[in-house]
Amino acid sequence: MRHIISILVENEAGALSRISNMFSARGYNIESLTVAPTEDASMSRMTVVTVGSEDVIEQITKQLNKLVEVVKVVDLSEAEHIEREMMLIKVRAGAKEREDMKRMADIFRGRIIDVSDNTYTIELTGDGRKLDAFIQALDQGAIIETVRTGASGIGRGNRVLRV
Amino acid sequence: MDRIKGVELSGAQIVVRCLQEEGVEYVFGYPGGAVLFIYDELFKQDKVRHVLVRHEQGAAHAADGYSRSSRKVGVCLVTSGPGVTNAVTGIATAYMDSIPMVVLTGQVPTHAIGQDAFQECDAVGSTRPCVKHNFLVKDVKDLAATIKKAFYLAQSGRPGPVLVDIPKDITTQSCEFQYPETVALRSYNPVKKGHAGQIKKAVQLLLEAQRPMVYTGGGVVLSNAAPQLRALVQQLGLPCTNTLMGLGAYPGNDRQFLGMLGMHGTYQANMAMQHCDVLLAIGARFDDRVIGNPEHFAQNPRKIVHIDIDPSSISKRVKVDVPIVGNIPDVLDDVLKLLQDRKPLDIQPWWKQIEAWRSRDCLRFDRASKIIKPQYVLEKLYEVTGGEAIVTSDVGQHQMWAAQFYKFSEPRRWINSGGLGTMGFGLPAAMGAQLANPGATVACVTGESSIQMCLQELSTCKQYRLPIKIVNLNNKYMGMVRQWQQFFHGNRYSESYMDALPDFVKLAEGYGHRGVLIDKPADVEPALREAFARKDELVFMDFLTDQTENVYPMIPGGKGITEMILSEEL
Repeated sequence: MRHIISILVENEAGALSRISNMFSARGYNIESLTVAPTEDASMSRMTVVTVGSEDVIEQITKQLNKLVEVVKVVDLSEAEHIEREMMLIKVRAGAKEREDMKRMADIFRGRIIDVSDNTYTIELTGDGRKLDAFIQALDQGAIIETVRTGASGIGRGNRVLRV
Repeated sequence: MDRIKGVELSGAQIVVRCLQEEGVEYVFGYPGGAVLFIYDELFKQDKVRHVLVRHEQGAAHAADGYSRSSRKVGVCLVTSGPGVTNAVTGIATAYMDSIPMVVLTGQVPTHAIGQDAFQECDAVGSTRPCVKHNFLVKDVKDLAATIKKAFYLAQSGRPGPVLVDIPKDITTQSCEFQYPETVALRSYNPVKKGHAGQIKKAVQLLLEAQRPMVYTGGGVVLSNAAPQLRALVQQLGLPCTNTLMGLGAYPGNDRQFLGMLGMHGTYQANMAMQHCDVLLAIGARFDDRVIGNPEHFAQNPRKIVHIDIDPSSISKRVKVDVPIVGNIPDVLDDVLKLLQDRKPLDIQPWWKQIEAWRSRDCLRFDRASKIIKPQYVLEKLYEVTGGEAIVTSDVGQHQMWAAQFYKFSEPRRWINSGGLGTMGFGLPAAMGAQLANPGATVACVTGESSIQMCLQELSTCKQYRLPIKIVNLNNKYMGMVRQWQQFFHGNRYSESYMDALPDFVKLAEGYGHRGVLIDKPADVEPALREAFARKDELVFMDFLTDQTENVYPMIPGGKGITEMILSEEL
């Protein structure tokens, strides 16, 4: 099953590689991984999307907690949470396709953030499935380039991850 | 300890001061360009003694053996680049067996890092998978606090090696020295006490058991919980087995001890593991060499209580019913409190069954043999040393026979590389053990193949007058490889024969030691007696043993714990 795991980690050199190394050394999957500092400059927050049985996910959280620089770990998928990912997608938008492409971006609540004679760059935010759906909906020949941030997530309501 | 406050010290001076503050007796190491300033400071003092090994792998193993035999943190010091890479095998060995060790490594100057400088190697990157934690010191002001953290991390929680990489320019820069009294890390808070509710549940299960079994590993030795373990096992009259790493935690010659379990464990221990109804696992991790195939193990229903300091060891290979995370002595103290003055359990039928298994006498061997049987040498080693020696070993058949035939009565007397299985470990580990226990009898049980992997340390033994007794079981084969080839590869002994062996007697003499060749069973005991009587000398005993002898019982790889191959010839 797919799990989304949030990790608070000391903002120290090497912390990221310690975590990614643990995943590869123990043969766990990483579907996506995002990391950036939090409001507390001494800490970074990482979101890892991984796939595995319940036993594997239990081991992943235990192994993460075992790393000395890891402050806290939460499996967001255990309860209600919100998940978002951002994608920038550059598509062909010549005279012929321009109208259709604009409409398609609107349907998915994407924003066109860069325009040239024959391209649009669209910014799209949502959960991973929405981004997948947008890519599916486009004529594959129309896609020039895509870049996705990977998922980040947060618990709903009073469910918080902080020190 | 005296403390100089507000004094400016160089990084090199700080390193040595930190070691003094930690009460470090010995540093095992090898100098080189990046650590010259640290060596210069070591030269100017005499509190911390340096032991010069002949290869950095030896330094790591010696620090490891020192720690295992003494409860203290082992320390080694090596230079950058090849100094670090040579030490990696020793660091990984310590990591797999959770040995508290601090490894100080030199690094090229900070401005040269990443430039492919001479003797540059990314020490932190290359050791990351085999250390508990590691640090690169980028500012001399962080040096003392980092070393303090390293010592704290190495010995707290589940112990392990911690590496501190120190660039050369940091050792020349200076700052005010103050050794921190304490360490606080918000991301690292190992537990001590176990959960009271879980402990109650565990005691309840034990008291209701018809067929209880106690299985303990290296964790009991490392956490110094042998007294509590013995009290518990004896009070309730329980059967007990130890893993390879756990030997000595429970006395090897006690009736309630079923011997070692696992791939080369005894018939009775493995059978009892499979057929018990309540299993109490303490500081052990159900690894592949212990329970074999986990699916086969799970076929028999039993309740499992698992006590361990490391949550990730629990339910990793085997699902457990009552997990208890905590420091073993604390948890067992709580268990004993709940037991108060409980009488032994009434489990006569279970003991009868165990005795029936035991009566198969699975460790018997041919005593009439005209060729020296390796088992016989170890049996005699046990007798001659009165079971009081610290025994280190290398890896292979000799290691298994030592574990089976030397009945360790105390923890920290059996020192071997269980997790990583590192050939070459025995001799340098014996050096560390001898230095930690001056006057103690230290034997290194090895084979002609293993001993050649760190042979150069015979020179270190001479320099520091370490009177280690080397018991070389020489069958001219990598015996365990040969055994597997016999059983599973159609007797095709691919590259397992050791041709062109050195004359070990002359070799020992060449290093300034005494060497003895023993080729008849009748000479085994006299040779051992004579060697152990030489208190001040290293004696290399080269026993020419039966080339075809195998270690029994044996669970073939991937098979279940009761699917043992037993010795047939008797």
